[in-house]
Amino acid sequence: MSETEPLASVRAPEDPSRRRLLGAATGVVGAVGVGAAAWPFLATLRPSDKAKVIGAPVEVYIGTLEPGQITRVQWRGQTIGIMRRTENMLAQLPSLTDRLRDPESDIPQQPAYAQNEYRSLRPDILVVNMHCTHLGCIPRVIPEVGAQPFDENWKGGFFCPCHRSMFDLAGRVYTGVPAVLNLLVPPYSFSDEEHVVIGINPEGVA
Amino acid sequence: MNQLMNSIGNWVDERLPVSDFWKKHISEYYAPKNFNLWYFFGSLSMLVLANQLLTGIFLTMHYKPGAETAFASVEYIMRDVEWGWLIRYMHSTGASLFFVVVYLHMFRALMYGSYQKPREIVWILGVTIYLVLMAESFMGYVLPWGQMSYWGAQVIISLFGAVPYIGEALVEWIRGDYFVADATLNRFFALHVVALPLVLVGLVVLHLAALHEVGSNNPEGVDIKAKKDSAGRPLDGIPFHPYYTIKDIFGVGVFLTLAAFIVFFAPEFGGKFLKPDNFVQANSLVTPDHIPPVWYFTPFYAILQAVPDKLMGVILMGVSVLILYIVPWLDRSPVRSLRYRSWPSKVALAIFVIAFIRLGMLGLSQDSSTFELRLWTFVYFAFFILMPIWTRLEATKPVPERVSSS
Amino acid sequence: MNRGLLTLKCLIVSLALSFAVVSSVGAAPKGNLDASGANVFDLASVQRGAALFANYCMACHSAKYMRYKRMEEDLDLTEDQIQEFLVPAGLEVSDYMISSMPYEASAEWFGKSPPDLSLTARSRGPDWIYTFLRSYYLTEDGWNNTVLANPAMPHVLWELQGIQRPVMEMVEDETGAMEVKVASLELDQPGTLSPSAYDDAIRDIVAFMQYIAEPAVLKRQRLGIWVLLFLALFTFLSYLLYHEYWKDIKK
Repeated sequence: MSETEPLASVRAPEDPSRRRLLGAATGVVGAVGVGAAAWPFLATLRPSDKAKVIGAPVEVYIGTLEPGQITRVQWRGQTIGIMRRTENMLAQLPSLTDRLRDPESDIPQQPAYAQNEYRSLRPDILVVNMHCTHLGCIPRVIPEVGAQPFDENWKGGFFCPCHRSMFDLAGRVYTGVPAVLNLLVPPYSFSDEEHVVIGINPEGVA
Repeated sequence: MNQLMNSIGNWVDERLPVSDFWKKHISEYYAPKNFNLWYFFGSLSMLVLANQLLTGIFLTMHYKPGAETAFASVEYIMRDVEWGWLIRYMHSTGASLFFVVVYLHMFRALMYGSYQKPREIVWILGVTIYLVLMAESFMGYVLPWGQMSYWGAQVIISLFGAVPYIGEALVEWIRGDYFVADATLNRFFALHVVALPLVLVGLVVLHLAALHEVGSNNPEGVDIKAKKDSAGRPLDGIPFHPYYTIKDIFGVGVFLTLAAFIVFFAPEFGGKFLKPDNFVQANSLVTPDHIPPVWYFTPFYAILQAVPDKLMGVILMGVSVLILYIVPWLDRSPVRSLRYRSWPSKVALAIFVIAFIRLGMLGLSQDSSTFELRLWTFVYFAFFILMPIWTRLEATKPVPERVSSS
Repeated sequence: MNRGLLTLKCLIVSLALSFAVVSSVGAAPKGNLDASGANVFDLASVQRGAALFANYCMACHSAKYMRYKRMEEDLDLTEDQIQEFLVPAGLEVSDYMISSMPYEASAEWFGKSPPDLSLTARSRGPDWIYTFLRSYYLTEDGWNNTVLANPAMPHVLWELQGIQRPVMEMVEDETGAMEVKVASLELDQPGTLSPSAYDDAIRDIVAFMQYIAEPAVLKRQRLGIWVLLFLALFTFLSYLLYHEYWKDIKK
């Protein structure tokens, strides 16, 4: 609207700079206040104490886990597989290197202490998040070596029925399948020879 | 850069009248320059409404309606949810403060005759907002499913049983069960979090639309639109933004400081905002010794108690609220503001306020004297019924043509 | 402007007065209750109360909404301390405070199940609990209490307090009939604690029960100070800004 005349009840400001300064000060303090007030609201959405208790570390007894056998536990709503691998199985692992996408586990799909040939703390015990890194299905465990409908040269591993992704017995993903990442290794440690604790790093690891 | 912003602005304005809206309702909405402190409570009501909506949304994310789960889920919010206690106290304190600011807002209207022609629809919409707010807060009070929630619901719903012939069927229909039960809680939840907030927000928009159509009243009751400059702007008007927006921000600061004091240091407010009995889970076998409603309902509850007949009591209680609707036509005074009326109006309003507060105190107590209940109920209604008489008879001072400095 | 200001001032004063009345009602003991003097901000008192609560109350009562775990942060205890001194066998620090007594059986033993104590300090009030725990007396019919007649709960703290006997008196009720009432209680057989030490002990229990009734209370008030200071600053700035802009308005 083009100003025809100044407003009858309003005169021009005497000191616009003081006004700007006060406006900026009030604005900044107000913005800090709104930000600080927003924090509690957003924080209510984080896992509550109840969720944290339910998501607490899980201790698993593996004393009765036979060689070649896998046991599954729930941790934070995820299915975690714990497998005692045989010498044979471990021996197969290096032979697969050229069929794998990330054989050296360069992508951090595991804690640093599990970035090794076997992707585990102890060579025999594999602890792995069972959910396929493609879309979250749980792959079948097929430890036997031998031709399979989906792979003639099967050396034992995990096969996802949803979209035919394949992983070896260290959870490493094959090339040419929909999944592109190795199976996730959760933080875990051994409280003693026969107990795995999922959700806690080994002592000395932050 | 500026050019880019401008062209984006124009692009939007050609499709959606954002600038027009801003001008019409904010930057070129001319409000009288003589608003006093009483005029803070309209914008503060909006602030509290926003607070209730926001905290309510976040509470809904953690609350579990259902007779078996509701009480525990509130304690879950208070303990296990990070900052849940703060959001909950903001909501419960906000509920009471909503009524504080709305009562002050309504008192302002009575004082300055803001309901008079041409603002009747503004007033009617306002009274409707108040009615919906009562329903909203009552249903919200039931949700924690404590003893007070439960028995308060029992008592209030039973009031509908006073309706002749269909009373019992009506009560059963409202409860959805043969007693206040899970079904009742769930429908109250739906109404409290979805239906009534939508209605409230809609009514507030209409209330403001009606106000901006006729323009704001002021403490002098002067019609500022009668004197305009050559551009059609009221001589005694000032643009709402920045003058009243900035003034309201100051009001918000004062209000939030008071509100924060309650939230952080007295969220129960001595048992007035959160009642001790409501920290006991609802139990249909044990009635608390005393079931007073929350403070903002107690004046009407006192009127209910004053009548020795269920149906008449309920009718009188209903009328005591609904009578507000016809105030614009009960007031026959040629002037709006109390400032230009004589002593009858001033005394009447003062006595009315005393009666309202006294009724509120009586409704809160268990053993109020029947005589006092009836006395103040009588005074309450006398205010409205006699209004046409004294407003017509009393002398008035001439209202100046312009807003003078006080 | 001035008139509005005056009315508002009156209003604020009356609001402040009513708040003073309201809060004094909240603080003052109701009826014949003794003021507990419990202080939920006295960390040592709450800690002592926690131990007493775990030893004496939790044999029968639960506080099912309270997690042991949050005492770590709120009460400055280590997980080991909580596990050792407060958590009964079979429970973990992350659990709720659930009594080991089977809920169904307890109803048979006492006639009714011991109520959950999570929120008792908020529903009954601290003074009620304090007075209740001081007011047990022994008659030939067993334990009774002047606050809650014929309680289902025996006096579990009697070894600490000793045994009180009632002093009876005849009172005339409204109808004019004479009635025997308990006038006062006197200590018949001293307990392991002196009367004042006993009062201190139950004061600690009450403080702990205030804490479990609203664990956020400690954080709430600590934070409240800062929020108020911040809002005061904001209000002051916005007042200056308001004043600055309103210089433009011609009277």
